[in-house]
Amino acid sequence: MKKDQTRPVRFLLGDERRELSAIDPNTTVLTYLRRVERRVGTKEGCGEGDCGACTVVLAEPEGDRLRYRAVNSCIQFVGALDGKQLLTVEDLAGSDGMLHPCQQALVDCHGSQCGFCTPGFVMSLFALYQEAGTPNRNRIDDALAGNLCRCTGYGPIAAAAKAMKAAGQPDRFAHRAPQTIAALKALDDGAMPHLEANGHSYFAPRSVEQLAQLLTDHPSATILAGGTDVGLWVTKQLRQLGPIIWIGEVAELNRITVDDRWIEIGAAITYTDAMATVEAHYPDMADILRRLGSEQIRNAGTIGGNIANGSPIGDSPPPLIALGSRLVLRRGDRLRELALEDFFLDYGKQDRQPDEFVVAVKVPVAEPKRILRCYKISKRFDQDITASLGAFALTLADKEVEDIRICFGGMAPVPRRARQVEAALKGKEWIRENVEAACWVMSEDYAPITDMRASARYRLQVAQNLLRKFFIETTEPAARTRIVVERRAAHELA
Amino acid sequence: MNLHSAATAEPTTIRGGVHNTLAHDSAAKHATGAAIYVDDIPEPAGTLHAAPGLSARARARIKNIDLSNVRAAPGVVLVLTAADIPGTNDVSPIGAGDDPLFATEEVEFHGQVLFAVIAESHEAARRATRLAKIEYEELPALLTVDDALRTQSFVLPEHVMKRGDPVSAITHAPHRMKGQFRLGGQEHFYLEGQASLAVPMEDGDVLVHCSTQHPSEVQHNVAHVLGRPNNAVTVECRRMGGGFGGKETQGSQWAAIAALAAVKLKRPVKCRLDRDDDMIATGKRHDFRIDYEVGYDDQGRILGISFDHAARCGYSADLSGAIADRAMFHADNGYFFEAVQIRSRRCKTNTVSNTAFRGFGGPQGMLGIEEVMDAIARERGLDPLDVRRINLYGDAPRNVTPYHMQVEDNILPELITQIEESSAYRRRRQEITQWNRQNAYLKKGIALTPVKFGISFTTTHLNQAGALVHVYTDGSVHLNHGGTEMGQGLFIKVAQVVAEEFQIDLDQVKITPTNTGKVPNTSATAASSGSDMNGMAAQAAARKIKQRLTEFAAEKYKVTAEDIAFLPNRVRIGNQEVPFRDLVKQAYMGRVSLSATGYYRTPKIHYDRETASGRPFLYFAYGAAVSEVMIDTLTGEHTLLRVDILHDAGKSLNPAIDLGQVEGGFIQGMGWLTSEELWFDEQGRLRTHAPSTYKIPTCSDRPADFRMQLLENNPNREETIHRSKAVGEPPLMLAISAFRAISDAIASIANYRILPRLDAPATPERVLFAIEELQARMEAAE
Ligand SMILES: Cc1cc2nc3c(=O)[nH]c(=O)nc-3n(C[C@@H](O)[C@@H](O)[C@H](O)COP(=O)(O)OP(=O)(O)OC[C@H]3O[C@@H](n4cnc5c(N)ncnc54)[C@H](O)[C@@H]3O)c2cc1C
Ligand code: FES
Ligand code: FES
Repeated sequence: MKKDQTRPVRFLLGDERRELSAIDPNTTVLTYLRRVERRVGTKEGCGEGDCGACTVVLAEPEGDRLRYRAVNSCIQFVGALDGKQLLTVEDLAGSDGMLHPCQQALVDCHGSQCGFCTPGFVMSLFALYQEAGTPNRNRIDDALAGNLCRCTGYGPIAAAAKAMKAAGQPDRFAHRAPQTIAALKALDDGAMPHLEANGHSYFAPRSVEQLAQLLTDHPSATILAGGTDVGLWVTKQLRQLGPIIWIGEVAELNRITVDDRWIEIGAAITYTDAMATVEAHYPDMADILRRLGSEQIRNAGTIGGNIANGSPIGDSPPPLIALGSRLVLRRGDRLRELALEDFFLDYGKQDRQPDEFVVAVKVPVAEPKRILRCYKISKRFDQDITASLGAFALTLADKEVEDIRICFGGMAPVPRRARQVEAALKGKEWIRENVEAACWVMSEDYAPITDMRASARYRLQVAQNLLRKFFIETTEPAARTRIVVERRAAHELA
Repeated sequence: MNLHSAATAEPTTIRGGVHNTLAHDSAAKHATGAAIYVDDIPEPAGTLHAAPGLSARARARIKNIDLSNVRAAPGVVLVLTAADIPGTNDVSPIGAGDDPLFATEEVEFHGQVLFAVIAESHEAARRATRLAKIEYEELPALLTVDDALRTQSFVLPEHVMKRGDPVSAITHAPHRMKGQFRLGGQEHFYLEGQASLAVPMEDGDVLVHCSTQHPSEVQHNVAHVLGRPNNAVTVECRRMGGGFGGKETQGSQWAAIAALAAVKLKRPVKCRLDRDDDMIATGKRHDFRIDYEVGYDDQGRILGISFDHAARCGYSADLSGAIADRAMFHADNGYFFEAVQIRSRRCKTNTVSNTAFRGFGGPQGMLGIEEVMDAIARERGLDPLDVRRINLYGDAPRNVTPYHMQVEDNILPELITQIEESSAYRRRRQEITQWNRQNAYLKKGIALTPVKFGISFTTTHLNQAGALVHVYTDGSVHLNHGGTEMGQGLFIKVAQVVAEEFQIDLDQVKITPTNTGKVPNTSATAASSGSDMNGMAAQAAARKIKQRLTEFAAEKYKVTAEDIAFLPNRVRIGNQEVPFRDLVKQAYMGRVSLSATGYYRTPKIHYDRETASGRPFLYFAYGAAVSEVMIDTLTGEHTLLRVDILHDAGKSLNPAIDLGQVEGGFIQGMGWLTSEELWFDEQGRLRTHAPSTYKIPTCSDRPADFRMQLLENNPNREETIHRSKAVGEPPLMLAISAFRAISDAIASIANYRILPRLDAPATPERVLFAIEELQARMEAAE
């Protein structure tokens, strides 16, 4: 890559333009804010994306509007600010000291006690404020799931979320949107953002060709997508990465295409951006995505990264594998495709060369006869890592199992299909006796481990029970079987 | 009435007096990011950063410790070990000598501090800590209460409370049973981690900004470590980002590390813990094993009971003695025992030293008796509420606690009646039973549990507080006291008291950081006592100044003291009215002191630990909650559908603040009993040391339908500050209703006749296994 093709990372901090070139690309946005800009309103509560105290909002043009996304500044690197407006808690009140409606609502509803979580909540509320309409209780819960508060019990904060739009007017950010959009567009000249300091370099290729070339030139580089895993390598494992290649600005990886056979989700597509498409085809999988991480995590994290990291407890692989998805990889000029389940070789080992990257995952479109059901078990409903996650895709011909694919996460060193259980069911009648018999072979498919999330015994037991539950749901449609559904319904009424 | 209402020329009331619903004084600062926490204080030039080096073994002799790579790491300025301590290598809150700042020959838990790195940046310091080469000779580690009981390993001697002859009462009772119940610990998860910034002063003195509930203790511990008198150390705390007991004793170590380095290097040093280090190296709520034996009659009335508490204290005493005592003081909750024995053992284990946590042992004690209530109800086939009711404290002789204190202010019977009706408990119980018959896979449960919580430090001498009030010549007031602000709203409550006393608007009262240089020898802001004690002390200080103003005015205007009245923002002197500020100015010109200290010590209380009898508490705070849950019998998942709360805050100083404590306390208690699990592996490593693995409630976990109320027309019967009651801790225990409701839902599958074996926290795993175990017992019985 020649030097003249690169440019600094450019963004707006509030309304002020910033350019960074000689900053260590391992610098997180939080560190940058607190130490370089001395904006200390944004707090660190955990440094790993789980508490939301560090929440900031990124605005970027989407057509003639601004799109606002809350993200965790503690695990976002400064390079990811390129082309965006970074808004922090200090930006919201007017120059006359007048609080933003979301801040005023928090004050009026007694939404803060110790106040340490408050700046993060303010920013999540601010992002929610920018959405159309008044949010209902479930939307509020989803939008705030990534912000922990240990003092208030959340009620007053949720009340503020309801109350903040009572005045109903667009805020001053909406009024200023045309200028902001113009200022943001003026930042880009098509060149590649680049950072270099302390021997660590950072590139944000714009095209898939550039990406392939960069990886050929730097085969040991870290590929960075949403950073919701990679960020923690720096903040928790204290690693210093370099070179870093960010795929967030690669145009071709930022697309979803749907034809009559496949939904193709580009590797840089975030969970948030994938949601509508997934929801349209597989509502049950969308429910899994809705509980994956938090709003902030879903706004940054990608399905591509969830696959590429090879984790045995990633939530998207089990449903994708149950559906028979395929993975598209590229190395240099060479593209290849494989069944997603074959990508996962063993714990920490995937079928991918260091300089090879994920281009997209291809998900079969919904078929009328195929039923997909997914169940995630964790200690907490929202923003928790899976103890066991079961995905079941069933096609019945009359009462007989024409096809069944079952994949579990959290049960093996990789997301793995329950092939023995599948074999026990395939071609058989879909009746309780056969399902019970199939439950018995679950232990041939899985020998789960005991850890802080669950014991081996529980994991196996619950895996069997999830198969039972799946059977119940397909045969007794009137039965009430899901706490997640019940609580959302109860919250809807509240 | 609120702060924003327009002022009129001659208002009839001040803005922001007591009993008003007011926002937290810092609410707008919280919401704009303008509120300053320790890590936000502009760092003085040359500030360095400290990070602790932690032990990687639960118990081991240190054979060799090689820190050369640590010293050589980029950015490292200094590495501190025990050898650098000029004073005492101990930060025990009780001077027990068992809490070394840096471990030396032996480590006693995984995560114990061995050394500290001082470096140019927080990251450089953390990175360097990982380069230590330590050779351990592993020793057998005791990790659990059972390990400790087996080997008779204790941090403190056992303690017994007794009244009557429980052995005989149980033996002769118509029905008897025994049982065992275990409950887990809890991580505080204050959003702001431990943090201290030490700034060196002249003479080798030091000023420490510390996120602490107990500035005086931090001051004393830092002085001991430095080998200096207490007057060489000043500790200041404007606010904490949450405390919950976790900053009562646990701040000293980090303050002492920062202070030691600051004095040595003559540079400011900040020690702010990374979240993982914080969760690994600081104490938590004690987990307990509770064994009980109870004798009762046909109606479920308890005739004799004996409890055996075993608390996991960790490797050192810390506050475990007082915490385990408070568990004993609350083993009765709101119930009368004719004959009772409570034995408590304080287990020493090779785990982090457990410490104060909202409720301070009380919740653990209460959980034990509430388990027993359900056990009796299931065995008798009664509604658990009826068993609870029949056992409540009543008139003499049924009004004496196991520690021989008379319960004089019991309001539980009426309070329960009120919430039983307002929550439609009986009707809903029927509907739920019906619902459970119709639904095979999901089940509902409901429970009503009461709370009676004793208010005062049970260590009697701690029940004292001081305040300092200045009135400046423009009539504005500077308020300081020994209490600390951790979000509970103490500062605004005390400011309301002072505003009320002077009859000036609240915005005339400046709230200032707690500082050991202003009010000395303070007690921790703990035991829910903050506003009771500091409110009284501040009132006393304000009254002194008022008295001087009155005397001055009487003399100057030649009227009697009875002719002087403090009206809103003005003073009536005879038949004229003078603005408060004018009188103040005149008093200054007349050479009257406008500054005063105030002091309070809680009356009436006394306790003799030898005989385990006395009156440890000035009064009790009460409450009750009804929780309704739904469980999934195939997965053990559950959710809270509805909660009704009726809580007693006396005549509340600030209902908004108090309701905030009720709601927040309930949710925190619910987290403790459901999703929050401290999981140690076989090596004694805490594996749930970050929010990714340790799950406190999120927004969607609060009940779909939450109805909270403060009990009305209910002034404290004791002469507390404006007849209010303490409210910091008691609401946490209302969450026991949620746990009992889960047990109730499980019990439904055995027709409510068998008590499920469910320990806390009720994770999906424990719930599913409790269901299976219950089903197995039913099958065995068939
Ligand atoms: C607070 C929090 C909560 C979470 N909750 C959940 C949860 O509930 N369920 C769950 O499944 N996960 C959860 N995660 C993890 C999840 O967010 C990540 O696994 C995410 O999907 C990774 O995507 P990313 O875009 O952030 O990847 P990154 O962090 O950028 O990268 C992840 C890995 O994939 C590699 N990579 C990324 N893109 C490519 C590519 N195109 N080609 C080759 N390699 C690539 C990277 O080099 C790295 O090794 C959580 C994470 C956090 C911090
Ligand atoms: S600091 Fe906790 S999410 Fe960023
Ligand atoms: S107000 Fe303290 S954590 Fe939310």
